[in-house]
Amino acid sequence: MLETEVVVSASPHIRQGVTTERIMWMVVISLLPAVFASITFFGGRALLIILCSVFSAVLTEAAVEILLKRPVTVKDGSAAVTGLLLALTLPPTVPLILPVLGAAFAIAIGKQIFGGLGFNPLNPALIGRAFLLASWPDLMTTWKWPAASLTWLESQADAVAGATVLGLIKEGTTVQLPFLQMFLGNMSGSLGETSALALLVGGLFLLAYQIIDWRIPVGYLGTVILMALLVGENPLLQLLAGGLILGAFFMATDYVTTPVTPKGRLIFGIGCGLLTMLIRKYGGFPEGVGYSILLMNVATPLLDRWTIPKRFGEVKANG
Amino acid sequence: MRFRTFKKGVYLPGNKERTASLPVEVLPLPRQVVLPLRQHIGAPAEPVVAVGDEVLTGQKIAEAKGKVSLPLHASISGKVVAIEPRPHVSGELVPAIVIESDGTERMAPELHAPPRLEELSAEQLKELMQEAGLAGMGGAAFPTHVKYDPPPGKKIEYILLNGAECEPYLTCDHRLMVERADDIILGLMAMLKAGQATKGLIGVEVNKPDALAALEKAATGLPIEVLPLKVKYPQGEEKMLIYAATGRVVPAGALPIEVGVVVNNVATAAAFGEYLRTGKPLISRLVTVTGAGIKSPKNLEVRLGTLLEDVLNYCGGFTDAPGRIILGGPMTGPAQYRLDLPVMKGTSGIVVQTRAEVEKPDYGPCIRCGKCVDVCPYNALPNYFGLYAEHDRLAEVEKYGIFDCRECGSCTYVCPSRRPLLQLIKDAKRKIMASRKTG
Ligand code: SF4
Ligand code: SF4
Repeated sequence: MLETEVVVSASPHIRQGVTTERIMWMVVISLLPAVFASITFFGGRALLIILCSVFSAVLTEAAVEILLKRPVTVKDGSAAVTGLLLALTLPPTVPLILPVLGAAFAIAIGKQIFGGLGFNPLNPALIGRAFLLASWPDLMTTWKWPAASLTWLESQADAVAGATVLGLIKEGTTVQLPFLQMFLGNMSGSLGETSALALLVGGLFLLAYQIIDWRIPVGYLGTVILMALLVGENPLLQLLAGGLILGAFFMATDYVTTPVTPKGRLIFGIGCGLLTMLIRKYGGFPEGVGYSILLMNVATPLLDRWTIPKRFGEVKANG
Repeated sequence: MRFRTFKKGVYLPGNKERTASLPVEVLPLPRQVVLPLRQHIGAPAEPVVAVGDEVLTGQKIAEAKGKVSLPLHASISGKVVAIEPRPHVSGELVPAIVIESDGTERMAPELHAPPRLEELSAEQLKELMQEAGLAGMGGAAFPTHVKYDPPPGKKIEYILLNGAECEPYLTCDHRLMVERADDIILGLMAMLKAGQATKGLIGVEVNKPDALAALEKAATGLPIEVLPLKVKYPQGEEKMLIYAATGRVVPAGALPIEVGVVVNNVATAAAFGEYLRTGKPLISRLVTVTGAGIKSPKNLEVRLGTLLEDVLNYCGGFTDAPGRIILGGPMTGPAQYRLDLPVMKGTSGIVVQTRAEVEKPDYGPCIRCGKCVDVCPYNALPNYFGLYAEHDRLAEVEKYGIFDCRECGSCTYVCPSRRPLLQLIKDAKRKIMASRKTG
């Protein structure tokens, strides 16, 4: 007989190394280029906003869990990711109380109310942003151009200093588009959405490590390009301006709030693309990424149900 | 080069290097063997010896009871000291014949090779399969001869031997293919005749080039094709293997014969080959004893009924306090807590993990990452099985096709939240079956 205790558990007895925790921290890493870009273009204030948001998210998660006597799960990194993502969607001019409140709202109302990680139907960071936008619409739409981009701004007769490129277009302003500047991120906009380059680096990192499924960003960005061509917009502008790349790689790919089936994910991406372009072109706001993703989040359970894959050798019941 | 395979699945660390190149050693005769009457699926065998009887190696000690059953042979010579319930891999006590060794090897006189293959009819070959006590040696232990009687209207086209050995750690099939390719091919030729099939196929993962070469050589000029398969789990799962080898999809709930295929393990074919060559029934098998928790890992030829402790002792015992003892491979094999269990017809390995290798059983909520969906070879949605099973919502798990799941464990292997999906799936299936019975 065995003198020592051994573990008797159900098979399989081996597990791959990737854990939830590791995935979340990889997402944080993938966002670091965008963080650096935001600090480069918007200065130390960008870092302050990010820190306020992340700390508020983590502390709120811990506080709520302690209050509800649930196990404290801040170690899994998901709250930090939410805080970080929210911060990257804020204009660099917001008072620091906004990221604090927004992140707290995102975690408490966007996530914990539903039972915590895995049970929230809507992307918490976007819930936080929507909350801030509804409560402080002015503060949330006061943009600032990075100092280095002012030469371009001044060269444009019609451009207004407090707008984004998408805002200018929506107003019908004619501007000559500085695509390279937009690609690098030297542009007015939210902290983390301006530098397509930084976001793409992070997005490719996530794709390479198979953290995210290509179907969502490809479906999303592809649809935006097609739609832009259809409705006569400049596709490059539509791609680079606003929060599209941030949304397509980092928000629309949030596991919890997107479909689990491959087909469902593709449809999800396409749906986001359609909605984004509809809002941008015909809606009341210049930008539609956040709302599009939230709307598609709502459709996620349906998408899962509609796209149940045909199983190997599946035999239809009664068939 | 692209090799044949199936869709989805996972790439597992093989962990086979400890034993892959170690030739098979013969475990010295054990002092005692415990031979459970239930080593195969179907009716247990019925003893034809009594306590106190002297038995010889290879002598029949229990008769098959009916068609779906197998006889049992003494694996050592000596004296029957007990016929009583003994610990069994299933966790239950199962009646077993216990033989104490006489210290020598006295072979039963009736053991002689059957007539040559050319002189045997299909019917006779099927009888011999049963006579030899052949059961699937890949783990399932289904009586082999039963597969050779196709239902009316069905014909066997291919006999497909499973040499994939896709479970990590295990190398006994690998060694068998390298060292006993001739027996495998002889067994397969006999199986082709028994099933009146046209062609033999042998699927082997390409991480075993020496096995592929040995089989190729042994099969030269015969209607047998050796198929290199991609190294991917669960390549050796019956329906995935059939798909990889033939492109045919076995419908859910149906047997391989539905698409004209019979699958046997290479070890089963080798045992049949050996029986035809020598008349020796199934009384021993190859077992891989390995893992970081084993002092000197080995591929061993072990007499059936040998207790795990005797096998482990021969391998130098544990390196340290063992963390987990697995019978078979780590993906599907059951963990055990006692060492007085016998090696049976379906026992392919003993894998011992160290304490450090055993993860805490803590798990988190489903984060809907979809990784399990991405790997399930049956294209199921394991996350929903897990979610609904957790709350006993059995109607939903059934709707999501839980009975199409073949319990390969891939979903559980990849889950970053460490959810015990396979366990939840098995529990849910059991509950549904129980309610069907009572309902
Ligand atoms: S659901 Fe079943 S068949 Fe699919 S991966 Fe999990 S255990 Fe394997
Ligand atoms: S792998 Fe685990 S966490 Fe991911 S969807 Fe499947 S069950 Fe959920």
